[in-house]
Amino acid sequence: MWSTGPVSGVDDVDGAAIVARGLKKRFGSVLALDGVDLEVPRGTVLGLLGPNGAGKTTAVKILTTLLLPDEGEARVAGFDVVRQQEELRAAIGLAGQYAAVDEHLTGRENIDLVGRLYHLPRDEIRRRTGELLERFDLVGAADRPVKTYSGGMRRRLDLGASLVGRPQVLFLDEPTTGLDIRSRLDLWEVIRQLVAEGTTLLLTTQYLEEADVLADRIAVIDRGKVIAEGTADELKSHVGGEVVEVAVRDRSRVREAAAAVVEVAAGAATQTQIDEAEGRVAVTVRGDASVVVDVVRRLDREGIELADLSVHKPTLDDVFLALTGRVAEPTAGQAA
Amino acid sequence: MTTPALAAADAMAITRRNLIKYLRVPNLIVFSTVQPVMFVLLFAYVFGGAIKGALPPRVHYIDFLMPGIVVQTVVFGSTQTGVGLAEDMTKGIIDRFRSLPMARSAVLAGRTISDTVRNLAVVVLMVLVGTLIGFRIHTGVLPALVALGVALGFGFAMSWISATIGLVLRDVETAQSASFVWIFPLVFASSVFVPLRTMPGWLQSFARANPITNVANAIRALTLGGATTRPLLYALAWLSAILVTFAPLATRQYRKVA
Repeated sequence: MWSTGPVSGVDDVDGAAIVARGLKKRFGSVLALDGVDLEVPRGTVLGLLGPNGAGKTTAVKILTTLLLPDEGEARVAGFDVVRQQEELRAAIGLAGQYAAVDEHLTGRENIDLVGRLYHLPRDEIRRRTGELLERFDLVGAADRPVKTYSGGMRRRLDLGASLVGRPQVLFLDEPTTGLDIRSRLDLWEVIRQLVAEGTTLLLTTQYLEEADVLADRIAVIDRGKVIAEGTADELKSHVGGEVVEVAVRDRSRVREAAAAVVEVAAGAATQTQIDEAEGRVAVTVRGDASVVVDVVRRLDREGIELADLSVHKPTLDDVFLALTGRVAEPTAGQAA
Repeated sequence: MTTPALAAADAMAITRRNLIKYLRVPNLIVFSTVQPVMFVLLFAYVFGGAIKGALPPRVHYIDFLMPGIVVQTVVFGSTQTGVGLAEDMTKGIIDRFRSLPMARSAVLAGRTISDTVRNLAVVVLMVLVGTLIGFRIHTGVLPALVALGVALGFGFAMSWISATIGLVLRDVETAQSASFVWIFPLVFASSVFVPLRTMPGWLQSFARANPITNVANAIRALTLGGATTRPLLYALAWLSAILVTFAPLATRQYRKVA
């Protein structure tokens, strides 16, 4: 298990906390990862964004040594995910999609247990546990069994437990999935503070908004492949231009409206998205939004009444659609 | 690498965590004691009279029955190992443990040890109830303690079978019901409740080889009196055979699925 020499194929990239090259993983007939490359510089946040089943969790499991890759190589905090698992685990923290805390233990006991398993000295465990309970606003509930906690409290405790060993690299697998909006905003705030203190973070999410708010760089993963990588702005400019969105009063005429808008935009339309149930059409156009005036005139002439009209910069939703040809999962605000 | 001392500390941390659950939910211990106590009372009073004729002279049925029920209890108790592991797996707790720099052996070791401690508590409670309705140890303190050790050791060995099953099935309810498919025939087709000689010949041969019979016989020899060497050897042979087979199997399955 002890090997400290450089590992071929994953040269130490200066300052990179996570480097992965060509990760592949197959489960039976399903190719969960199909050659994933990632690079996360120290002290930065990478958002791994993709729909359910895209391979996000598989990638995190490989990087945290829970799974072995079939092919490819990766290093986290300088340690190889296959050959230096023990050293690697001492350098990372993982908080999961399902808050992996013990229901019957109290909040304090949960953090204490994780501290023991990091083999920290007793007095340091005590001090860290106190600090983390305070920081995550769990002091009042610290000595109650976790089964009395709300969903948001469990996530905060889970995150707190993952920090007890002061990890160099933190992995958060869908940290806010299933949380209500208030709890999500609270958790975002905590994560932002952590990042401000210089923790390297890899965050998976199916919420475009979450990646936009928390991540320095975003890797969009779909069907086991990274299909785009960059800052949120880079990805948005990749889609280019502006999105013209119209909502029609008579929903049965939504296709007619879409055709009219595309025709008006002529060659400038790069992508059209129609939501028949809502009677909405979103058309991405290159260049500026001057086309809006023509759109209004044209729809008026055809007698299609407008309920709403807006022009906005592309969101990550638009990016996702442009990259995959499919609509992304519901955004954070709409999720149940 | 984790040193043996750290590995032991990790196993203890997990054992402690598992046992806290029993302290917080005392009903778990109470109800796992109620069932064997019910068996003791029902068999002693309902079947006791009928079975008496088949027993050796001057042996009270309660003295014959208690060692058997103790084995039944530790075997039933061992099924909780697989259930507990399946539960931790579905809740993501095992993933957390596996992402920590702890000894890999600690999750399985901690679980089987804590289930053995729980078995100890249940057996002690049961023997107390048995004593109230007439159970007596006819040998001495040392043989009685050896008997307790054999019973708990057997429960520990059976925990590894249960762990293997739980890790293969990975589902709490399935692990729960699957264990009864093989445990019920094994417990009843044995000398736990009745002497073997009342069974048909073909069943006797099965029951004679049954590890549960062998362990029950060893505990009887140690508490009722009589020759102990041979039954003890048979019991320990079964116990070791099960451990040697299933501890590696469970460990391999743990590495594979968890």
